[in-house]
Amino acid sequence: MTSQPRSLFEKVWDAHVVATRPDGQALLAIDRHFLHEGSFHAFGMIDHAGRKVRRPELTFAVADHYVPSHSRARPIADPEIANMVTMLEANAGRHGLRHFGLHDPAQGIVHVLAPEQGLTLPGLTIVCGDSHTSTHGAFGALAFGIGATEVSHVLATQTLWQRRPKTMRITVDGALGPHVTAKDLILAVIAAIGADGAAGHVIEYAGSAIRALSMEGRLTVCNMSIEAGARAGMIAPDDTTFSWVERRNYAPKGALFDRAVEHWRTLPSDDGAVFDREVTLHAADIAPAVTWGTSPETAVPVTAAVPDPGAEADPVRAGQMRKMLDYMGLAPGMALEDVPIDRVFIGSCTNARLEDLRAAAEVLRGRRAVVPGLVVPGSVPVRRQAEAEGLDRVFIDAGLEWGEPGCSMCVGINGDLVPAGERCASTTNRNFPGRQGPNARTHLMSPAMAAAAAATGHLTDVRKLDLRKLGAS
Amino acid sequence: MDPFVTLTAAAVPLDIANIDTDQLLPARFLKKPRSAGYGNFLFHDERKPGFPLDDPAYAGARVLVSDRNFGCGSSREGAVYALVDGGFRCVIAPSFGDIFAANAAKNGLLTITLPEDAVAALRRQLQEKPGAVVTVDLPAQTLTGPDGRALSFAIDPFKKECLVEGLDDVALTLRHQDAIDAFDRSDAEARPWVVPGA
Ligand code: SF4
Repeated sequence: MTSQPRSLFEKVWDAHVVATRPDGQALLAIDRHFLHEGSFHAFGMIDHAGRKVRRPELTFAVADHYVPSHSRARPIADPEIANMVTMLEANAGRHGLRHFGLHDPAQGIVHVLAPEQGLTLPGLTIVCGDSHTSTHGAFGALAFGIGATEVSHVLATQTLWQRRPKTMRITVDGALGPHVTAKDLILAVIAAIGADGAAGHVIEYAGSAIRALSMEGRLTVCNMSIEAGARAGMIAPDDTTFSWVERRNYAPKGALFDRAVEHWRTLPSDDGAVFDREVTLHAADIAPAVTWGTSPETAVPVTAAVPDPGAEADPVRAGQMRKMLDYMGLAPGMALEDVPIDRVFIGSCTNARLEDLRAAAEVLRGRRAVVPGLVVPGSVPVRRQAEAEGLDRVFIDAGLEWGEPGCSMCVGINGDLVPAGERCASTTNRNFPGRQGPNARTHLMSPAMAAAAAATGHLTDVRKLDLRKLGAS
Repeated sequence: MDPFVTLTAAAVPLDIANIDTDQLLPARFLKKPRSAGYGNFLFHDERKPGFPLDDPAYAGARVLVSDRNFGCGSSREGAVYALVDGGFRCVIAPSFGDIFAANAAKNGLLTITLPEDAVAALRRQLQEKPGAVVTVDLPAQTLTGPDGRALSFAIDPFKKECLVEGLDDVALTLRHQDAIDAFDRSDAEARPWVVPGA
C-alpha cells in the first residue's frame, strides 16, 4: 500500500471498523471482552432484553475486585461480598464464558491475568467495564474502559459505537536514572499534561526510554493513561512484546504465532505518521515521584516541598489546592520527605507484577518495616513465582502481610480499607478522596518508594536509602 | 431511557475540579442493585456542612455546573445512576472524563462542555443568585444562563440523536447485523489467531 503514513492507533482502528455512519460514528469490532464482578448490571440488561452473548469465545470473566486477600476459604465471610463473586460465576456459567474464579490457578487482577495468559495480543481491540483497561495497550492493542450499558452492548453484539478519538504522541528519550521506574515516568507525564490533559485522545508512548522498558514497565505506563484522561494508551509491539507473548497459555502457537508476528511487525507507526498533539519529556529529568494531593496530577519529585496555594494566582485553583491540602492533612512548604505515613500498600493492576515485587523486596531485604503494610501480588502465577524467589519471606520478615491476589486495598471493596485519617504510601493509581476508604489519605508512588517509606515510616527518596545501606555495609 | 429535548430547571454550582466517580458514588455502594435507588448514594461522603447540594437555596436543582475533568476516574456507570436518581438531567463543565460522558448519554444525562471562563461565569451567577434557573434546548444546542444570555454548545450528532429520541443502541446496531457477520467471516481468514486456542 502506498497510502498516507498511519500511526499504530490508526492501523488498529481502521482494521476494526465494521460500519460508519454519516455523522462519523464508527461501529468497531471488539476482539476481547473482559468482565469482573461489577458486570452484574450489564448481565441484567441483556437478560432483561432476552439477548445472548454473541461471541462467548472472546469473552472472559475474572474475579478480582471483591476477592478476599486474607483467605481463599469458602464461603467468603461477608455475604454481600460473597454474592458479588458468586453472581459473576453464575452469569459466566449461564452464558458459557470462561471464568477465572476464586480458586483458578490463573486467577488475578484482570489487567495482570490477561497479559499473563496470552489473552492480550498486539493489534486487538480490547474492552472491559473498567477504566484501567488502558493497561493492555502496552502490547499495541487498542484497549479502553467502558460503562455497564456499553458492556451489555458488547455482550450482545461484540461491537461498540465510537467516535474516532484524536491522537497524541508522548516521546520520552534518554535513560531513566537509578531507582526511577515506569511508575515515576507515567506520574511525570500526568503531572506535565494534567489529569484531563489527554481527554479525547489515544496516547502513543514512544522514544528510547519507552523502548527500554520491560513489558511490566510498559503495562504500568499504559495502565495510568486514564489518569491523564486518555481514551487509551498504546506502545508499538516489538521483540520485547513478542517474546512475552510466545508460549503463553492462550496465545497462538507454532506457525500461527509466526504468522501473527509477521502481521504485528506491520503495526508500529509509519515514519511521517501525524499526531494531533506531540509531547516530549526527557527521561533524565524524571525523579522518583510522590503525589501530595487528591489527583494523580499532583505528582512531584519526592525531594520537593508541599506547594503553597498562596502562590497560585487563580483564586479558584488556589481554593482547590487548599481543599486538597486540607483533605491530605498537609501544610504548605513542608518537605515531602518529612511526611510521616501510617501504612503501605504494594499491589494493584499498576504495580503488582513480578518486577514490582522484586523492586520492593530489594529495598526491604534485611530491613524492618516500621509501619504496617500489605503486599498483594497481581495474580496467582505472580504469587507463586514470588514465593519461589523467596520474596514473600522478605516481606513477611520485614513485618508486612502477604496477601492473596486481587484488587484489595486499591479500591477497598473486598474489605481491605485504609482507616479514616490514616496516610498510606501506595503503589496504586488513584489518590482520590475516599478511594482507599472514607477519609483515607493516599500518596501514589513506585513499589521501591513504597518499600522505602515502609522502612523509614515517612515519605523517602529511595535513592538516599539505598546509599545509606551501601555506606553501612 | 427518557428522551431529552428541553429543560428549564434550577442549577447548582460546584467549584471543584477533577470530581471523580469515586466521589460521585463511593465504591462500597457498587454492590447495590439499581432498584435500590442510587440517589441516596450521590456524593455520599462529601455531604459535609456547606456542601452546595445540601443548601436549601439550591433545592430541586436538576442541572449541575462544575469544573474541569468532571467524572474522571473509574468507569462505574453507577456514578451516572446516582446523578440521574438524584434528579439531575444535565451536567455542565469545561471537560469530562470520556467514559463518564459516554455513560451519561446512555442514561439520558446530558453533558455540556463549554469553555472554562464561560463555566466559571455561570458558577458565579449561580452563587450570587442561588436557585436561579437555566434553560437547555438540546435540538437548538443552546444553554441560557441566569443572565439571559444564550450560549451555544457542540455535541456529537450521534449522542444528540440518541438523547433526543431516547434510542436503544443495541436495536440500532442490529440493523448492521449483515456487516457484522461479514466482518467476522473475513477477519477469521485474515487474523485466525484472534480466537484464543488453549
Ligand atoms: S487494581 Fe485497582 S485500579 Fe486495578 S482493576 Fe483493581 S480496583 Fe481497578
